[in-house]
Amino acid sequence: MKLRKIFRSAWEGLMLNKIRSFLTTLGVIIGVASVIVMLAVSAGAEAAIADQINALGANLIIVSPMRGVPGASRTLLLEDAYAIEEQVVGITGVSAEQSPAPQNIRAGGVDLEAIALIGTTADFPDVRDYAVAEGRYFTADEDDRKAKLVVLGAGIATDLFGAESALGQTITVGTTKLTVIGVMESKGIVSDVDYDGRIYLPLNLVLQKYMPVSTMRADAVRTIYLKAESQEQIPSIIAQTTALLAERHDVDAAKPDFTVQTQQDIIATQEATTAAFRDLLAWVAGVSLLVGGIGIMNIMLVSVTERTREIGLRQALGARQSNVLMQFLIEAIILSLVGGLVGVFIGVGGSYLFGSLGTMRTEIVPLSIPIAFGAAAVIGIFFGYYPATQAAKLDPIEALRRE
Amino acid sequence: MNNNLIEITGMTKVYGEDEAAVYALAGVDVQVVRGEFVAIMGPSGSGKSTLMNIVGCLDHPTEGAYMLDGRDVSQMSKNELADVRNEKLGFIFQSFNLLPRLSALSNVMLPMLYTADDVSDEDAEARAVASLTSVGLENRLHHRPNQLSGGQQQRVAIARALVNKPPLILADEPTGNLDSKSSVEIMDILHNLHKGGATIVMVTHEADIAAHAQRVICVKDGKILSDGSDGKNHCAGLHQ
Repeated sequence: MKLRKIFRSAWEGLMLNKIRSFLTTLGVIIGVASVIVMLAVSAGAEAAIADQINALGANLIIVSPMRGVPGASRTLLLEDAYAIEEQVVGITGVSAEQSPAPQNIRAGGVDLEAIALIGTTADFPDVRDYAVAEGRYFTADEDDRKAKLVVLGAGIATDLFGAESALGQTITVGTTKLTVIGVMESKGIVSDVDYDGRIYLPLNLVLQKYMPVSTMRADAVRTIYLKAESQEQIPSIIAQTTALLAERHDVDAAKPDFTVQTQQDIIATQEATTAAFRDLLAWVAGVSLLVGGIGIMNIMLVSVTERTREIGLRQALGARQSNVLMQFLIEAIILSLVGGLVGVFIGVGGSYLFGSLGTMRTEIVPLSIPIAFGAAAVIGIFFGYYPATQAAKLDPIEALRRE
Repeated sequence: MNNNLIEITGMTKVYGEDEAAVYALAGVDVQVVRGEFVAIMGPSGSGKSTLMNIVGCLDHPTEGAYMLDGRDVSQMSKNELADVRNEKLGFIFQSFNLLPRLSALSNVMLPMLYTADDVSDEDAEARAVASLTSVGLENRLHHRPNQLSGGQQQRVAIARALVNKPPLILADEPTGNLDSKSSVEIMDILHNLHKGGATIVMVTHEADIAAHAQRVICVKDGKILSDGSDGKNHCAGLHQ
């Protein structure tokens, strides 16, 4: 008996009950489609996070106080940043940053409440890959002199001055009047930080005017960003910085009160989170595929029972056990392969659809298509085999007698 | 070559073991010559169905030899028996056993699915059409069983039994589900087959149907009561 003929009689068997066959494949369709969509959604989420973090600036090294170490937030100092800039080899810039409590801003008739202030050193735009769109950033000299200057985030400039140029205007931040010398390019929200909704001040001015002296050392900073000359320099820079700060803070380099991280570390941390999320989704999708397989087995068992007489007749006409086995096995495989194929189309289409809605990014993982399709085929064979053996084992006399 | 198509000697079929053993057949000898039309009669429980199942290669005898067309089939494996059924036997059932969603043509093509040598689709269809034509259904090729009368359905089943040109036709109560007019039709077809040289073994409990056969074998309590070689039907009194 040729495979083509077995396929044809299996197909005829399925066509005996089109609605049931369709409902049976539905389980596999949903399973396969959800594997592809879920992997596309989590791959999209990962890619979005990686893009956001890379948008913070390339070759970036981040030094911050160690979380959970008491008093660590008071030991990372502006002088540390200067020391790094002088002594560490392989860096193109250092930007120390400190953010005090949000302040109210006023300009002309407009009041803005609780706006985030960031004090930075002059290298900030270069180190963080964040360009000034209009005007200029302040210089290191102006920072040292605590010049009363401010650079606005793009959103704040629009809120305060609308279409008018902000340059040269005076704004009141807290109780201090500052002159606007620049407006940053629009950057949007990256890693939950609204870059456009902040204002940028000379770090020394912030430390003097806006930090509560009682709780903080007046020269403590929140973060020091280093920009490496190249990717290859990064390990060396980390080692140098760690050694230098351990010495300056008089702590064991193995148990520091600061952390030195790269973009890649942060991406890796984020990816670990999304990977757990992705694995969970993949499991859920895998389970639905499994349920689809059980559905196939269920229907095939019912089908074998219903078609007992047909099986008996085929045996009487000369069908061998293997012929009967193959017919039912191939019916199950056809169900799962057709389900798998339709599922792939719906999964790919659904992924594009979700992506185009704009609320979430999806990226189809090419490997997920053969994996999902292959899993459907394996499930068809696995769950189809038992009912097929039940059919093949029937005794022709008994089977023909059955009503 | 031996002219006996069927040669059964000392055949027993036992169900159960030891004290619970039931002898469905208790030492049966039957010979059927090529070209014979034989009817098997017997009350229910007589063992005639068991005999028919063994003759039809659907069951193994417990003991005894069964030579069919010169081959000993009594000890064959299930797969070998399947091949023998396909090649040597054509079944006609009381309830027709047509597949309801298939056309008459597709039903008749079924046995050719399982032949040892691959029959091409064109050949299979041509043979099925010829077979249906021989039972007068050339105008019903694409009708489904539920679009056909009972007599027509049984004619499709006969066409299916003939399509592989088997040496032996087995008919199990072929008119049991039919009205008398259709019964006559079916028996006419069997007669014509017999005239054309076919060997037919038919199980029936109706004496007037059995009367169509040349020879009536009467089975009771697992034994052959009479072999009708005298041309008389000794079973007639057993069916009341």
